[in-house]
Amino acid sequence: MATLIDLTIAEARDALRQRKLSSRELTQAHVDAMGKAKTLNAYITETPDKALAMAEASDGRLKSGGTAALEGIPLAIKDLFCTQGTLTTAASHILDGFTPPYESTVTANLWKAGAVMLGKANLDEFAMGSSNTTSYYGPVHNPWRRHGDNKPLVPGGSSGGSAAAVAARIAMGATATDTGGSIRQPASFCGLVGLKPTYGRCSRWGIVAFASSLDQAGPITRTVRDAAIMLGAMAGHDEKDSTSVPRPVPDYENALIGNIKGLKFGIPKEYRVDGMPAEIEKLWQQGIAWLKDAGAEPVDISLPHTKYALPCYYIIAPAEASSNLARYDGVRFGLRVHGESLDAMYENTRGEGFGEEVRRRVLIGTYVLSAGYYDAYYLKAQRVRALIARDFTDAYKKCDVILTPTTPSAAFAIGEKADDPIAMYLNDVFTVPVNLAGLPGISVPAGLSAEGLPLGLHLIGRAFDEETLFRVAGVIENAAKFTAKPPTVGG
Amino acid sequence: MLIEGKTGNWEIVIGLEVHAQVISNAKLFSGAATAFGAEPNTQVSFVDAAFPGMLPVINRFCVEQAVKTGLGLGAQINLVSVFDRKNYFYADLPSGYQISQYTRPIVGKGQLTVDLADGTSREIGITRLHLEQDAGKSLHDQHATKTYVDLNRSGVALMEIVSEPDLRSPEEAGAYLRKLRAILRYLGTCDGNMEEGSMRCDANVSVRKQGTTAYGTRCEIKNVNSVRFVMQAIEYEARRQVEVIEDGGTIDQETRLFDTQRGVTRTMRSKEHAHDYRYFPDPDLLPLVLDGKWVDGLKANLPELPDAKKQRFVRDYKLTPADADVLVAEKNVCEYFELVAKDRDAKLAANWVISELFAVLNKQGLDISDSPVSASSLGGLLDLIENATISGRIAKDVFALMLETGKEAAAIVEEKGLKQVTDIGAIEKAVDAVIAANADKVAQIKGGNVKLVGWFVGQVMKSTGGKANPGIVNDILKIKLGS
Repeated sequence: MATLIDLTIAEARDALRQRKLSSRELTQAHVDAMGKAKTLNAYITETPDKALAMAEASDGRLKSGGTAALEGIPLAIKDLFCTQGTLTTAASHILDGFTPPYESTVTANLWKAGAVMLGKANLDEFAMGSSNTTSYYGPVHNPWRRHGDNKPLVPGGSSGGSAAAVAARIAMGATATDTGGSIRQPASFCGLVGLKPTYGRCSRWGIVAFASSLDQAGPITRTVRDAAIMLGAMAGHDEKDSTSVPRPVPDYENALIGNIKGLKFGIPKEYRVDGMPAEIEKLWQQGIAWLKDAGAEPVDISLPHTKYALPCYYIIAPAEASSNLARYDGVRFGLRVHGESLDAMYENTRGEGFGEEVRRRVLIGTYVLSAGYYDAYYLKAQRVRALIARDFTDAYKKCDVILTPTTPSAAFAIGEKADDPIAMYLNDVFTVPVNLAGLPGISVPAGLSAEGLPLGLHLIGRAFDEETLFRVAGVIENAAKFTAKPPTVGG
Repeated sequence: MLIEGKTGNWEIVIGLEVHAQVISNAKLFSGAATAFGAEPNTQVSFVDAAFPGMLPVINRFCVEQAVKTGLGLGAQINLVSVFDRKNYFYADLPSGYQISQYTRPIVGKGQLTVDLADGTSREIGITRLHLEQDAGKSLHDQHATKTYVDLNRSGVALMEIVSEPDLRSPEEAGAYLRKLRAILRYLGTCDGNMEEGSMRCDANVSVRKQGTTAYGTRCEIKNVNSVRFVMQAIEYEARRQVEVIEDGGTIDQETRLFDTQRGVTRTMRSKEHAHDYRYFPDPDLLPLVLDGKWVDGLKANLPELPDAKKQRFVRDYKLTPADADVLVAEKNVCEYFELVAKDRDAKLAANWVISELFAVLNKQGLDISDSPVSASSLGGLLDLIENATISGRIAKDVFALMLETGKEAAAIVEEKGLKQVTDIGAIEKAVDAVIAANADKVAQIKGGNVKLVGWFVGQVMKSTGGKANPGIVNDILKIKLGS
């Protein structure tokens, strides 16, 4: 049954409904594959028993005609989502032994839609990183390799485990979260579709917070249709999250019907960054050609404040994180390292419990919020953020969607940018502005680099217009015919 | 009030910050309950305990309570306000930050009138009122080496009400607190119970030479838990500051604690150790936007507040301002009084509540809500006076019996035969008897000594055991004596 794990969610769904396949078989195939793919380190916690029990329950519902959107589909859950009764770590030592007594809204929605949990996917610690190398549970390996080179590559981050699992066929899809590119960049590095929805589309309740005003949950899948199916199940208004938006959830799969004739897509001139490899530029041109072929019209646009996006992000995100992570103090749950006083206990617990990148961002965040620096850093960054959002508002007067590359490079080797946080942060140069503006963005696999690594194209939509993103992404997907599989995956 | 120092007179400048716990069944950002005195950690949601991924959701009722309070203080209601995070580490602050309002509070400038003992009043400015969460409680006295944490209070809604530095004496500060507490109780937005900690006060105190206008360096006295202690703490602190300055020292801006045992303030935290709270807007909460019409609706349905009640009592009931002040100071006194005064002689009701009832309550150390004589029972007694069943003098005896026995006035009057004699025939008989026995005095009256009529009234009352209606006795005597 080696081919079972190659099915897309849509294919498996149809086979399950037609009773050609049971969720038990499908899930077992994934559990078996997980056993053979341990070197990827894609999962922090595997839950095969739970998966098989959920699969059997799904089979029962399928037998009685159940047609829930994801009935019987095995998924990986980024270990940032709290799952009731299953260890939830955020890939941090500080959450040692934390088993939530509650279920995040997004995962609860998925289980309601019949999905099956295979396990908790690895990630950068507290979702801080672009390479999945900051996890307390060790780095995740990208299933892809450069031609003729077996050096392990990063899967991207922070949702590196999610992406590696889906690429390696040890999950049909995965939940992920995106604060500055953490869904789209790993999707791009692993040859997958990754969608960051509009801020407020999915509930943040029960997701370990990194930067509250930027965090948003979304799916990583192998096809655009699968992403549409998953988002439909994940999204929705939640009264428990004040920033979730009370809007009905459209049928995203329906959005794939129809064409893009006459649609205007913007090409922002500011996204031609210095030192961008020629093959990325070439891929972008290819994307423009594909959309033109499908009847859409390219429009030159300007997003003049783009160059301020990264510095702005690296003030706002750490500022919020420094406050969000204050609750990890050793008092109520997780790790506690003894100290002779309360302050000593805090210092010992947080010093040992947080990794280097998390400590760096907590320090940066604390600094930019401090008396005397607040105006110069945090307040100014908030003003810049408003200007960046306005850039997009202005751009959407001229176009319906924006096309850019997802990342300025393909996946790099583990350890390659480890000494230079700035070089690492540059990975997110195209994705970060989207989070700052709260807009939806999707990465679609569009080709391979000269070294044989996947490259993604990035579409940015209007707020709450995920439907246009899916439709245009579908066009790119059809044109790109991306069928390459990671060399480490058999079959 | 001025402090006489060695170098001249000093003026005290006081501003008060009051933390008033909002009356609400649920916390400010979680659905957990808020009842006082529950077993530790039984009223805690995962939000209050700051578990990973938990998010705050504003409690609409707490917002309504804050707006009502703002309206009660005649203050500006800000239709857009923002919740900020105040960051600091402590074991009873689970999230490591308190959600508060910093730059954009829900209520802006207002004012409050304080009434002073000499009959004068002063307007005290209110700077702002904002909503914030309370922290939990650290219990240091449960174990020799450990601190226990009770999170029942964590997340309970507080209103922080900040005054301008307009107060000039401990007396004014006390009057401000009592007036504020009365308003909160009238509005039903805070129970004002300082002993249980549902109203707490921080006092900012500085001194300056009489006639100068620049403010001196202030000290903040934290968390004082009774009106009396606030007044004592201010008095002590002001005198301490004068002494320090006159001895050539300077006042350090610092946070101080009031030691209620010794009646002194002492340093808690110096300015160098002041927290940097790193305030920033809470990204988990959208700005709080109020509908102007909703606010207008609350305003229209606001209950009558102490100042308005006082005016009405003086205007409609013809009470003296001093009596009205006494009656409106406490909501439950006022409610009691209005029940007694309803459809009765209000001045009579006021006299009875203020002199007779208060004397008993003071003596027995009771609150009016625990009064041994209910408002309707007291009203029943006043009815007997008003319809001339008993005289005012007998009424006092009846009142004493009511306290003693718990019986209604009418029953006591009936039982003891205290009913006033209004039977003209019977009174005439008594009058005739007194006249017959005092022919000499009758002669004197006829001779022009009209004052003696009063003596005859007294004699008749005496012979009837005080039960004769004095008005009728008077009328009959006048006829019989031809005066």
